[in-house]
Amino acid sequence: MTTSPDPRNPATGSPTPIDETFTSILEPRGSSRLPLGDGQWRQLSRKYVIGQIVGYLVLMVLAAAAVLTLWLMFEATWPFIPGAIMFAVALVALVVTPRQARSIGYQLREDDLVFRRGILWQRMVSVPYGRLQLVDITHGPLDRMLGIAQLKLVTAAASTGVTIPGLPQADAEQLRDTLIEVAETRRTGL
Amino acid sequence: MSDLDPHAAPAEHASAPPPAAVHSDMSDGEWHRMHPLSPLLRGGLTLIVIIGILVANLRDRLIAFFLPENFRWDEEDPVDFVLQNGIAVQAIVVVVVGLVVLLAIFWTAWRFHTFRITGDEVEVRSGVLFRTHRRAPLDRVQGVNLTRPALARLVGLAKLEVVGAGLDANVKLEYLSTRNAETVRGDILRLASGHRAKDAAARPAAADGRLSSRVSAGLSEIVDGVDDDGAEPESIVRVPMSRLILAGLLSGSTIWFVLIVVAVIVGLVLQPVWIIPALGASVPAAIGFGTYAIRQFIKTVRYSIAPSSAGVRITFGLLTTVTETLPPGRVHAVDIRQPLLWRWGGWYRIRVNKLSGRSASDASAAQMGDVLPIGTQADVERVLRLLLPSLHIDAPLLDAGLRGPRDGDGYLTSPARARVIDPLTWRRNGILVLPQAVLMRTGRLWPKLTILPLARLQSVRISQGPLARRLGLAALTGHTVMGPVSGTIESLDHEQAYAQWNAITAAAVAEASAESSSSTDGGERNAVEVEWPEAAPSLTPPEAPVSSARPAWAPPAPPAPPAEDR
Repeated sequence: MTTSPDPRNPATGSPTPIDETFTSILEPRGSSRLPLGDGQWRQLSRKYVIGQIVGYLVLMVLAAAAVLTLWLMFEATWPFIPGAIMFAVALVALVVTPRQARSIGYQLREDDLVFRRGILWQRMVSVPYGRLQLVDITHGPLDRMLGIAQLKLVTAAASTGVTIPGLPQADAEQLRDTLIEVAETRRTGL
Repeated sequence: MSDLDPHAAPAEHASAPPPAAVHSDMSDGEWHRMHPLSPLLRGGLTLIVIIGILVANLRDRLIAFFLPENFRWDEEDPVDFVLQNGIAVQAIVVVVVGLVVLLAIFWTAWRFHTFRITGDEVEVRSGVLFRTHRRAPLDRVQGVNLTRPALARLVGLAKLEVVGAGLDANVKLEYLSTRNAETVRGDILRLASGHRAKDAAARPAAADGRLSSRVSAGLSEIVDGVDDDGAEPESIVRVPMSRLILAGLLSGSTIWFVLIVVAVIVGLVLQPVWIIPALGASVPAAIGFGTYAIRQFIKTVRYSIAPSSAGVRITFGLLTTVTETLPPGRVHAVDIRQPLLWRWGGWYRIRVNKLSGRSASDASAAQMGDVLPIGTQADVERVLRLLLPSLHIDAPLLDAGLRGPRDGDGYLTSPARARVIDPLTWRRNGILVLPQAVLMRTGRLWPKLTILPLARLQSVRISQGPLARRLGLAALTGHTVMGPVSGTIESLDHEQAYAQWNAITAAAVAEASAESSSSTDGGERNAVEVEWPEAAPSLTPPEAPVSSARPAWAPPAPPAPPAEDR
């Protein structure tokens, strides 16, 4: 950690070198898009894209293996249809992922956390710090290898659904600690 | 029945609630048992019925199994059989032993099922082999429901459900005698809302007269809970039976049913060959619809809503009577709707989102859908004032929300270019941000007004799809706890929507901190919290001086007293 979290202004200080994460939010074209607003957006690790691509490739390989096994051993041709659909979906995901990853960002404002994502379907969610019930960090084996983690914010509303994937590990932990500290001082009743 | 539990170890003796705050002997901080008939109602009856069915169906096999080969069974009455074969003594012994075993099981289950109410929580212990122990911290209590299923009503019992915050967080006291249940409910609510000091003064006068009247009231009495002021609160809404029936007939499900029946008849006229499959499909559907309609009716009959010092009290149900008490400030979202045909009578219905504390699998009948099943606009206004005392709802405001647009009603509505995707409702679609709540109105044929109290709002979303971007529109959604109400407003101008999104978030933060700093009337629990800012002074943001005055960090803020305008 290079800087200590400052709960008074959580927007300052990120322990991660700036070139490790994306640096600019990818926005939809068109003048009537939702504005980004002021303040600095913090983004995902570049390694998140690698993780996603590896995941999709593994999925494609597994699907292809399953289809080929069924075809060679049982001479069944029908698995080609679901196999082809899966392949197409994974291919689209492969193309979209790098762009999508650049559209994800979060901002720590004075009283709330703002999370945005999406290019075609843009959405931004603001969660006041006091409403946070708990903050979850998860990382799978691949994530651990790449040194990234996923952060999930839980409020009393199930529909809030703010999950920030692919944060640099140190960033995620620092963000969690900051959020918990700030949430504790501003906790409100249910 | 209120004897002390021998299993209660002296080591875990907890602090008894202050005697001034409780009216019942059962809320003295010691372990108590449920009513002795409880095991019978909690599934014992089902057990007996199941055993009966098993015996009736399997008696041939049972007899062949237990009796030697030479006993022939020739389809006779079992009593004749017993007499003819001269085994009357054995048969009686078997029956008696069976009964004794059953009674022993019930008795043990009853012995091990205990509860206590301390100054801090409500606890229930149950189970013989697998012990369970549930606690509901009083500062998290969201309300107390008193349910009287038809069978339990016959023997004068009722069950209490202490509603906690969280999934499957409820603590159930099944069963207590109705009188005990009502006083215990009053005690729990009073302890939970921290009214101790106030109540101590008003208590002695209220207790005695009420007791005797309750005893004489007997079985047929309509449930009304203990009111702390002694006076019976009167329902602020009257729902005449005729209106209830009419509303049921005019509801959306009826319209669908009629449409389907018409479609089936038309189809049969055109294709008479299909009469058998058509009848085969529609008869069960009709039966299903009938039971649904009757159940809805039975549930909403005898509805009443009244203010009490512990919160809003709602009673409903014909056979199973349920009394829910909703402490103030526990309403997370309100939604007022008018089904298509109700327009004719000018009726509305109100639903709310609240923390129910039930697990998703618990589909007990005591679930209330509507806070107001049907009412006129004046009824709606009264109920809203009761549910949201902090929001100053007057007739013009409600009128603009339910029937708007009106000139100068303050709503931010969709721009004219939204006509393309919202040809009917674009003029009405609107959002109004008040200091205490967000109002969202939409729908022309199905008018709908959603009210989201800002202090309970969890998060706010703004979103825009490709088509909306083309038109320069955006949608706003307020997230609250799970429930039938969802607050979304589509097709606002994207820049205005963005400004509103920021405004709502800021207002939600401000309202929540204002609420937690004003409700300092919470009893002893606050003593712990006051020490917090000194422990970590640097954590308190200077931008929010209100929250540093009383950071409600550990337990959620105790509910504000209803009389006080928070």
